Amino acid sequence: MTGSMALRARGLTKRYGSHNALVRAVDEVDLDVPVGQTLAIMGPSGCGKSTLLHLLGGLQRPTDGQVWLAGRRVDTMSERALARLRRDGVGFVFQSFHLMDELTAVENVELAALLAGRSPGRARRRAMGLLDRVGLADRAAHLPSALSGGQRQRVAIARALSNEPLVVLADEPTGNLDSAATLEILRLFEELHAAGQTLVVVTHDARIAAVADRVISMRDGAFADDNKFAGTVYDGRR
Amino acid sequence: MLAMLAKEPAHGYELRARMRDALGPLGESMNAGQIYVALARLGKAGLVTSERADGLPDRPDRRVYALTPVGQQRVAGWLAEVSWPKPDLTEFHLKLVAAAAGRLADPVALVDAQRREVLRRLRDTQRAALDRSVDPVAGVLLEGVVLRLRADLEWLEACERMWTGRDRNGRKAEA
Repeated sequence: MTGSMALRARGLTKRYGSHNALVRAVDEVDLDVPVGQTLAIMGPSGCGKSTLLHLLGGLQRPTDGQVWLAGRRVDTMSERALARLRRDGVGFVFQSFHLMDELTAVENVELAALLAGRSPGRARRRAMGLLDRVGLADRAAHLPSALSGGQRQRVAIARALSNEPLVVLADEPTGNLDSAATLEILRLFEELHAAGQTLVVVTHDARIAAVADRVISMRDGAFADDNKFAGTVYDGRR
Repeated sequence: MLAMLAKEPAHGYELRARMRDALGPLGESMNAGQIYVALARLGKAGLVTSERADGLPDRPDRRVYALTPVGQQRVAGWLAEVSWPKPDLTEFHLKLVAAAAGRLADPVALVDAQRREVLRRLRDTQRAALDRSVDPVAGVLLEGVVLRLRADLEWLEACERMWTGRDRNGRKAEA
């Protein structure tokens, strides 16, 4: 039933506060994300989209409801299993990049693989390959401070891909970028999509819709609208 | 289109090519028929004249079109005028008010429908801009269209907030 679904949620709910000041950040959400889909979840700030992403990626536990990642139940996992899942099963991309300032681009990318127990040589080779994939092979030895915003986000995306995640979850990935850098990120997402990577992006930036198969509008913790676009984004022209 | 003729007279197909060059991917949807219909109307309005090119059969694509003096004036006026095309926000706003007041429809559903349309356009335009073969000059136009549509989406979000709130508060807008 969950075989071809990268992500699946049923009745997913996250509440904050108590009776008087109860906030339903995520309110009984059902979601199926097929393998290879690029899904954009849009909505105003405070609509619950970031919380939803955290629940899907095991960064937060739901108050109620269930989540499956590639058929494995996430919400009931032990802390230890959850940590391993966050490390190996999910790639995260954040608005403010979250790179280590003291480490070079390639060191940032290989860190995840080293933590997962890969040998230094293998981790370095894979990191270089990923930097090449995001078009930054010639910036491998640069510190983040020597890179533009768009380049930093591409390093962060390379890092997210490090352990071949089942799904990449991105939270406002273009939020801090100018329009040229946003184009770079959109093109990169398009390439990931063409390569079959499952991608879920929560964002306020409607330009993401250009590379999405599906756009969900969120309002008050629930889905208000679900747009599926015909065909796949990748049309083979590029 | 008149402005495209201001430089020099042209055949219909040359005019079409000029428009497509100027508009980039946005001009792709323009077909030859539309150009000739528009030229015929402009001719009736006295803004454009045409004459048959020598030795060629009398078909619209064999005629050379030029601006009349009135047409020249119109182009000059158009260039000088400070206006900017805008979606009809007032009309849409009135729809929401009327829908809520007369309980004709859920205003938030109208906003959703409008958002789907704006999102579709934004997606198409941004996809065109992603194409590496797009000329940078045409790319600037695409960027402008995307910025506009993003502004429309933001405004629709404001509409949504307004009408969701009204709904919860027992449809104050009826009064």
